[in-house]
Amino acid sequence: MTVEILKEKYRNTVGEVVLGATREQGGTRSHTITVGGEGALPFLHFEGSIPNRPVLALEIWDLAPAEWGPLFEKYYGDVWSDPGAWASKCVDQYGADLIQLRLKGADPDTKGAAVEECIAAVKKVLEAVGVPLIVVGCGKPEIDNALYAPIAEAAAGEKLLIGVAELESYKAVTSACMANQHNLIAQSPIDINICKQLNILIAEMSTAMANRIIIDPTIAALGYGIEYSYSIMERARNGALQGDKMLAMPMIGNVGIEAWRTKEANQPEADEPAWGEQEERGILWEATTAMAYLQSGIDIMVLRHPETLKVIKATIDDLMQDNSY
Amino acid sequence: MGLTGLEIYKHLPKTNCKDCGLPTCLAFAMALASGKGSLDSCPHVTEETKSALDDASAPPIKLVKAGVGDHVVELGEETEIFRHDKRFFHPTGVAVLISDHDDVAAKVEAFEQLEFHRVGMHYVTDMVAVRCDSGEAGKFKAAVETVAGKTKKAIILVAEDPAAMEAGLSAVAGRNPLIYAATAANYEKMVALAKANSCPLAVKGTSLDATAELVEKIVALDYRELVLDSGARETSKVLADLTQFRRLAVRKKFRPFGYPAIAFTSKEDPREEIVQAGAYLSKYADIVVLKADARQQLLPLLAWRQNLYTDPQKPIAVEAKLYDIGDANENSPLYVTTNFSLTYFIVESEVESSRIPSRILAVDTGGISVLTAYADNKFSAETIAAAIKKSGAEDKVNHRKLVLPGYVAVLKGALEEESGWEVIVGPREASGITKFSKENFA
Repeated sequence: MTVEILKEKYRNTVGEVVLGATREQGGTRSHTITVGGEGALPFLHFEGSIPNRPVLALEIWDLAPAEWGPLFEKYYGDVWSDPGAWASKCVDQYGADLIQLRLKGADPDTKGAAVEECIAAVKKVLEAVGVPLIVVGCGKPEIDNALYAPIAEAAAGEKLLIGVAELESYKAVTSACMANQHNLIAQSPIDINICKQLNILIAEMSTAMANRIIIDPTIAALGYGIEYSYSIMERARNGALQGDKMLAMPMIGNVGIEAWRTKEANQPEADEPAWGEQEERGILWEATTAMAYLQSGIDIMVLRHPETLKVIKATIDDLMQDNSY
Repeated sequence: MGLTGLEIYKHLPKTNCKDCGLPTCLAFAMALASGKGSLDSCPHVTEETKSALDDASAPPIKLVKAGVGDHVVELGEETEIFRHDKRFFHPTGVAVLISDHDDVAAKVEAFEQLEFHRVGMHYVTDMVAVRCDSGEAGKFKAAVETVAGKTKKAIILVAEDPAAMEAGLSAVAGRNPLIYAATAANYEKMVALAKANSCPLAVKGTSLDATAELVEKIVALDYRELVLDSGARETSKVLADLTQFRRLAVRKKFRPFGYPAIAFTSKEDPREEIVQAGAYLSKYADIVVLKADARQQLLPLLAWRQNLYTDPQKPIAVEAKLYDIGDANENSPLYVTTNFSLTYFIVESEVESSRIPSRILAVDTGGISVLTAYADNKFSAETIAAAIKKSGAEDKVNHRKLVLPGYVAVLKGALEEESGWEVIVGPREASGITKFSKENFA
């Protein structure tokens, strides 16, 4: 008997965004990365085109991240006081598709780095590696808003992915990206209406920018509200495929930072013997979080543990195999 | 496709007796038509009506049970493609595979340890799959006996040789094991075994077409306690087949696929295996069978299952009251948070690990988190002050100091005025509580 395969018919595809620019394109990257473009739900190749695989970034900071603890010192301790060396290790040794540089040092509660120091960190990373670069601020809008323009200008032509624009604070970063041809992360707090509203506001500032937005719907870790962000992402992707242009952008998630904040990833085995070995548990906590978001439509994930990156990369290889009937 | 609500209504008693739990016969008919109820709930329908309506009233995916007593695993009866449309109902059975070549006793003892407590919840690994790799019926039977003697959980018997299956079944006939599997080559014998022992039976095809065909042959033999396996083992192919099972059953009421589905991992590396199992669990497997059996490997997978199967329309709340953490006395510190269970349990676990006896007041916010409740005016100076009064905290502690979540530091002034308590602004994230409590209360 022949089963009639049920394929959804969609009216729209997710927009494609190109990260990075080569020398010919006015930047210095060795290659570019294209994300998005899906014409089907995650990895359902049988019903539409999935032209680009999800990509994986490792996160680095512009200062040694004391709070990452001894577990990560094993992997990054030899390089984490130098963002260039750190980025190289992530790409050359651990196989990161791209790098996310978080300018944590700009936070007055850390070292309160001056704008020039932040620019120097960005330049160091650009010189050290050929992959496209994501640059995000320290997380305090009053500090970050002063960083965006000088950094965007110093890296003009590189087509960075810069973040983050939020509903209360999107103009400075949007203008900085607009003026220097960069891409932009638009972050909303696990809320599909705010997500759309922010994209509309950015598009009103510049129609060109609408094609350079990456949505950060804000993700939670496994066990800490992951099901909320999972469903928001599923709804956003369904909306995009059904024709909502203001949701039809690729999505990014900071999986590493969320997963490694949890008790399950950090509690030593001695304190929770029933939970088993700690590092393995932490890697799988991060990997399971990442797995869930692959299934809800994510395009870029920022991870922390190199072993998580390895296992998720292998999984993406498998999921990208054609499954047409 | 099934009947419409009105067509079903014609066959009902039209007495609006409410015995089915719904207010009217029409409401009951509409529920049946949308696949969200069972005709069995109406005690008054005649046998003729029953058979006439059976097909239309059956849920799109049949409920199949494995195991007995407290360890029955209910599979299927799902109605949704996306959890945000309503919810998923019967959590995926997670089964650990044991080969009859393994040290079976040691393996099943390890399996029995796979229970976890976190954030106030209890997770269990619910099934053991015993596979006949020896090719010897006697050895398989011995392995099944060992498993059955050491666990009360549901058992899956994995053997395609009917003689081996018969031997294995004889050791656990009363335990309602899942028989895996009927294939095109052996199905008549497997169906006979399943019928004789009234056990659920997995149907293993070599493609979607072949699976549908085999299901129809088995249904023609009048057996319907079935579980589906398309036979695919590559991640991407399994994802596609599981999606087709779910979509065709739910959206098209395609009867051959109206049963729960089982998926087997194929990865050897335990990390890749957990991630693969997680993908199948996310996209429609009702049972996942895997080899990994270490605690650190199963905990993340079971946490994901729990998260995925929560009801998205219902915030999970704890009782709004004053909780004692450790040996709290009249001098113990008092933390205030909301009664959203996730928030409460995270705060509780951090307060606990500070090892300073304390109290936590869970304020009734309708089960929503601190910031959301604040935005909604459900976590305000007034509601918190009222909750303090109602909780009896004033009689339980000598002091008048409370710790407020850092995210709502802005409430400090108003709350001090409203409650008469001194407000200490705590950390924004619960993860900061241990450090905070050592600095303030140690």
